[in-house]
Amino acid sequence: MSESDAVAGRLVRPFTLTGGRTRPSRACFTLIATVTAVDPPPDHAPRPQPEQARILRRCARPVAVAELAALLDLPVSVVVIMLCDLLEAGLITVHPPHPVTDRTLDLDLLQKVRDGLGRL
Amino acid sequence: MAGSEAPDTVKILIAGGFGVGKTTMVGSVSEIVPLRTEEPLTVAGLGVDDLAGIEQKKATTVALDFGRITLNDRLVLYLFGTPGQQRFWFMWNDLAVGALGAVVLIDVRRPESSFAAIDFFERRDIPFVVAVNGFDGSHPYPPEEIRDSLALPDDVPVLLCDARERTSSRDVLIALLDLLIASAKQG
Ligand SMILES: Nc1nc2c(ncn2[C@@H]2O[C@H](COP(=O)(O)OP(=O)(O)O)[C@@H](O)[C@H]2O)c(=O)[nH]1
Ligand SMILES: [Mg+2]
Repeated sequence: MSESDAVAGRLVRPFTLTGGRTRPSRACFTLIATVTAVDPPPDHAPRPQPEQARILRRCARPVAVAELAALLDLPVSVVVIMLCDLLEAGLITVHPPHPVTDRTLDLDLLQKVRDGLGRL
Repeated sequence: MAGSEAPDTVKILIAGGFGVGKTTMVGSVSEIVPLRTEEPLTVAGLGVDDLAGIEQKKATTVALDFGRITLNDRLVLYLFGTPGQQRFWFMWNDLAVGALGAVVLIDVRRPESSFAAIDFFERRDIPFVVAVNGFDGSHPYPPEEIRDSLALPDDVPVLLCDARERTSSRDVLIALLDLLIASAKQG
């Protein structure tokens, strides 16, 4: 196996976790959106697959999508697709990042960020 | 409800050429050792719909380093070191969405390696500060000289820093926040 085949294998393998899907069904899982496992899981929820259970353990407390991907050593795109499934199954909740749009940066938020940095 | 405990999150980008000290700066202020995620390029950039794309196209990944600063019990700041190589810049658009602003790091010995980063934020009207990393701990040029040589407008702050030093990196972030606060007050 050539080196580039090996790399390709390493890249493709995680996508077996998504059943080959490379596109998420929802756009809410951005890098700094935080996800939290629903505890206890709803009665009707399907039994999580092993890799889903790994995710659920990692987000027993709120954790950002980027952190989850790094901790699981999986591409963000793979984790996001799995999170879409978990959300649909009612097993997690998602909290969007603080909205930041051009020119509507609110002073209150900025001041809080600055104060926090000042305490470092 | 568990979800309601989740903190609000914001992000700042640390940009600049390859090897200018981005990961070093993220690491010096982050409360965690910088984390890294790798994305297959085809998925990140080219929007393939199936695995064939990943298997056939040149297999490369684009890596993203990031760190975290808990600002208070309701607010967490993430710092993302942008991928240095120019050909990975399509990643930046995603990264830039929702960012408060950016730090463009400059290696004082080869400032041209960060020109493209400056350009990127100027074009998109994303507020940024320029932080000059002294590398051997010295700063041969005063900020104004660097501003001139980079043809930066007067309203872009230029700071001298040591990316390895926590307080120095923190001060760069504070300068960015001061810039953002000043422009928010102007409305
Ligand atoms: N002497 C010195 N080395 C530095 C400084 N900042 C970064 N480095 C080193 O330069 C190399 C590249 O830094 P890194 O943070 O990985 O650059 P990046 O490519 O921009 O993320 C690493 O070996 C760092 O340890 C600095 O201020 N002084
Ligand atoms: Mg780096």
